[in-house]
Amino acid sequence: MKEQLESLRNEALEQVNSAEDLKSLQDLRVKYLGKKGPITEVLRGMGKLSKEERPVIGQLANEVREAIESAIKDKQEHLELEKIKAQLAEESIDVTLPGRPVQSANHHPLTAVIEEIEDLFIGLGFSIAEGPEVENDYYNFEALNLPKDHPARDMQDSFYITEEILLRTHTSPNQARVMEAHKGKGPVKIICPGKVYRRDTDDATHSHQFMQIEGLYVDKNVRLSDLKGILTVFAKEMFGEDRQIRLRPSYFPFTEPSVEMDISCFHCSGSGCSVCKKTGWIEILGAGMVHPHVLEMSGFDPKVYTGFAFGMGPERIAMLKYGINDIRHFYNNDVRFLKQFKRA
Amino acid sequence: MLVSYNWLKDYVDLSGVSPEELADKITKAGIEVEHVHKLGEGIKDVVVGYVKSCSQHPNADKLNVCQVDLGSEEAQIVCGAPNVAAGQKVAVAKVGAVLPGNFKIKKAKLRGEVSEGMICSLEELGIDGKLVPKEYQNGIYVFGDDAVVGEDALPYLNLDDYVLELDILPNSAHCLNMIGVAYEVAAILNRSVNLPDPAVEEDQTLAEQKIKVSVEAADAAPYYGARVIENIRIEPSPRWMQNRLIAAGIRPINNIVDITNYVLLEYGQPLHAFDYDHLGSKQILVRYAQDNEQMTTLDDEERTLQSSDLVITNGKQPVALAGVMGGADSEIADETQTVLLEAAVFDALSVRRTSSRLQLRTDASQRYEKGIDRNRVVPAANRAAALMQSIAGAKVLKGIVEQGEREVAPHTIDMPWTKINDVLGTTLEADEIASLLQRLNFNANIAGEMLHVEVPPRRPDVTIPEDIVEEAGRIYGYDHVPATLPEGESTRGKLTSYQKKRRMVQRYFEGIGLYQAVTYSLTTKEKAQQLTIQAQSEDQLVELSMPMSEERSTLRMSIVPELLDVVRYHMNRQIPNLKLYEIGKVFTAKQKPLTDLPLETEHAAGALTGLENIQSWEGRQQPVDFYSVKGILEGLFEKLGVLDNVKFTPAERDLLHPGRTADISLNGSAIGYLGQLHPSVQKEKDLNDTYVFEINLQALLEENVPETTYRDLPRYPSVTRDIALVVDESVQAGDLHDIIREAGGSLLIDIKLFDVYQGEHLEEGKKSLAFSLQYLDPNKTLTDKEVNKVHENILNACQERAGAVLRN
Repeated sequence: MKEQLESLRNEALEQVNSAEDLKSLQDLRVKYLGKKGPITEVLRGMGKLSKEERPVIGQLANEVREAIESAIKDKQEHLELEKIKAQLAEESIDVTLPGRPVQSANHHPLTAVIEEIEDLFIGLGFSIAEGPEVENDYYNFEALNLPKDHPARDMQDSFYITEEILLRTHTSPNQARVMEAHKGKGPVKIICPGKVYRRDTDDATHSHQFMQIEGLYVDKNVRLSDLKGILTVFAKEMFGEDRQIRLRPSYFPFTEPSVEMDISCFHCSGSGCSVCKKTGWIEILGAGMVHPHVLEMSGFDPKVYTGFAFGMGPERIAMLKYGINDIRHFYNNDVRFLKQFKRA
Repeated sequence: MLVSYNWLKDYVDLSGVSPEELADKITKAGIEVEHVHKLGEGIKDVVVGYVKSCSQHPNADKLNVCQVDLGSEEAQIVCGAPNVAAGQKVAVAKVGAVLPGNFKIKKAKLRGEVSEGMICSLEELGIDGKLVPKEYQNGIYVFGDDAVVGEDALPYLNLDDYVLELDILPNSAHCLNMIGVAYEVAAILNRSVNLPDPAVEEDQTLAEQKIKVSVEAADAAPYYGARVIENIRIEPSPRWMQNRLIAAGIRPINNIVDITNYVLLEYGQPLHAFDYDHLGSKQILVRYAQDNEQMTTLDDEERTLQSSDLVITNGKQPVALAGVMGGADSEIADETQTVLLEAAVFDALSVRRTSSRLQLRTDASQRYEKGIDRNRVVPAANRAAALMQSIAGAKVLKGIVEQGEREVAPHTIDMPWTKINDVLGTTLEADEIASLLQRLNFNANIAGEMLHVEVPPRRPDVTIPEDIVEEAGRIYGYDHVPATLPEGESTRGKLTSYQKKRRMVQRYFEGIGLYQAVTYSLTTKEKAQQLTIQAQSEDQLVELSMPMSEERSTLRMSIVPELLDVVRYHMNRQIPNLKLYEIGKVFTAKQKPLTDLPLETEHAAGALTGLENIQSWEGRQQPVDFYSVKGILEGLFEKLGVLDNVKFTPAERDLLHPGRTADISLNGSAIGYLGQLHPSVQKEKDLNDTYVFEINLQALLEENVPETTYRDLPRYPSVTRDIALVVDESVQAGDLHDIIREAGGSLLIDIKLFDVYQGEHLEEGKKSLAFSLQYLDPNKTLTDKEVNKVHENILNACQERAGAVLRN
């Protein structure tokens, strides 16, 4: 009986070792360890054994059972690991294939520029005031110190609808509207972005419709030096920390004194290149101290209040920032153009 | 304004200041110098030559063979100019010379004759053909006797000069003349101005014996003066004057006309020379024209006048359009012997009206329009008379026959001198301020707190204290103004709620792949009325009174038509997949003709075509359809918290597919539409299936939406039951949805349509809609019994109101 058990052990262990899958392992478990298996049979036949032999054989039978069980368990673990390995191998994919594209688009570059400027001025305490695109001659011109026969009206030939109503030629009329609404009490701190229209034939540098952002700050003791300070912040924020600005005297009917602001060229840092036409400076915007007539017409006492105003073209800023060479791109809406401003 | 650097030296010492430096300084002080033109640029080795002999070329009718003395050498030159002759001094480009356009002169043989150089015309020397005097237009230039043979020819022609091109804005009209520029430059350089001192030697005969002057329209002609000049010899003006006129962009004509132009450039005072013998009378009467009165101007145009035009007459007929242009009848001609020289002040507005109405912009009208210096009228007349005397050998009769005041007093401005520092943010001392203004030749005095400034009449643009601030500031230099930050009360900058929501809408559309477009507001009359949200009548169109083209004549009432143009642009470029949106205003007239501003409403619109997804290597292709666009809009409405108040209803609209269009309403009022373009429109425009939407964004964003409030998370499980209903094809899913919603009561918390089926196993004309219904009681666990009750209610309601049958 002892030999029987030994050979059973050898036979079982050999079979377990050579089992190739979990199914045959399970079959071996049933075969050797099941209720009808040979070990059970041996144990059952123990009654025939002598009193002395009984514990010896019993212990041996248990040893054999444990050995087989343990072998099966090891083998099972091994086979399971093999199975997972096989599964992983089978499930492997080419991780270099492109991912499923997620759709996302972006702002029009003009909106991007306008938003950037809006956020900058909001941070400086300005609000955003929007007004009508179709304006009264009064707000578009007269309230800005451009009476009917003013020679400067030459500079902005306009789209009239009636003699008194036209498409605004700048966003300044809204400054007059906002000042009126303040009823002579400051501070007024606004920027006015929006579409404007002029009688220009569309070409690489002209567009009959374009964007403008104007700013206005009216309060007691506002100075030209404050304008210079605010514009310096603006220039550094938009075009880089190293930018310097310079103010040149100019002429606008609604400001006195009037200035143009140049920034040091961000392309060549002032040494002269094609972007700055070899001057080292790039013209960015027009500005000035609000003309006393304008303050007065909008209900502010010029003896008490002063203010500054500035106006700039988002197209020009976008063209400079991104190196765009034709203003018509903004209005063609070619998606191959629009897509380039994902990060804008 | 073209300013000759050499000419300017007559009035201001420019030593040590190069033309480029000068241009930079002028620009920084406020008048932009757009270009510095170097005259004679690219010319090398052109000298004065003397034509010793000139004979016909043996083999060419139109050519001459000249022997030319070049000083150190002699050259044979073949010349084709008709005016070449022996005894002339001419400009010769020697062998090895270079002419503008990098044209190199080489020794050549012309029809067998050696030619060692070229005798030059002015055009060949780079002078614009339009400026070349008539006598040299068809040939070579001929020097006077003073030219020295062998010397560099360029200085004789002022081709060693620089011309500064000034951009004159309305406030810098005082620099539309050389003296004005001289004052400006003197102020910038802190140097003095030397003015010409015209000394006229008058004849004994009194001018008033020859002419009578009267002004009827004193408002428009505050001063009119006339001089009479006799014994005129009309001939070309001297070279120095021709050179200066050419540099200033004016073509020399003859000595008399040139002198008036020269003085105009020098003093900014327009002068007019009439041929006295052709005036037709011995009087000048300045009056307004009669309506429909005719006259022929110098340019030989017949002009029909209006009663607002100021004219100079001979008592009967007009002989000049005041301040704009003279008449043809009294034009200076070769035979002219006696000249009536007009020096007058005309009202800027009057001149501007006439010149712009007749579209006749002249050097004179341009100056009158911008305002002239009254105190220079008489000096200018005297300067011209003196020049006529010295150049044309004329006799100037005694006195100026005039009407009106010759001179006006300086304008005075009194202000606290500290205002300059207050406005500029500077810390200038009183005497510094005074000296800045004195550099401009303004008389400036400080008395205590006050600054007293006398502004000369040459600066009509300086009228108020702020102008003084600017003048002091720009001469001081804005570079020296510090950069400060405002010291006033601080304010909170923020977006309005509308602006915030609009930004959110932009980001929403972009986040799901719609690119933002910006199109034009002006469109055709036809497109303006297409695809509007609400039906519009033609009376509501906002049309330009003078459009530049039909294409841009009318303000849009909808955005979609513009986006469709963008879609077509892409189709033409083989870009079939496109998703765009735009936010912008549309315009509706409240009445016609417009008396109030039109209504402006902000809309959001979109156009989508091609694939909904971006195609990848997996090959999945999902085309854009009605439901993709509807889903986008529903998502937007949900984001804005109005989805429950929005309704989509089937609609028929022009240009859209009648079975694939829905109107959108918010709380019962129309706010937009979406749909597919009508197949025939797609075909006509050569588009693929294209879906569009337009929404009244303003109405949408201005809708009052309750603030977000938190609801407790459910503590009890919800129960989900599916229900498949068979209904007639004509029953709309939306209707069934509404019935379920209503019948479901408060326990029904969500309805999802998850399947729509039509076909096999269903009766013809029927369809099956399967909904997944979710029930929840926030206060307890629902029992089957309770759910069954509601579920049955729903089934009954669907049966009764939509003829629905439960599908097996």
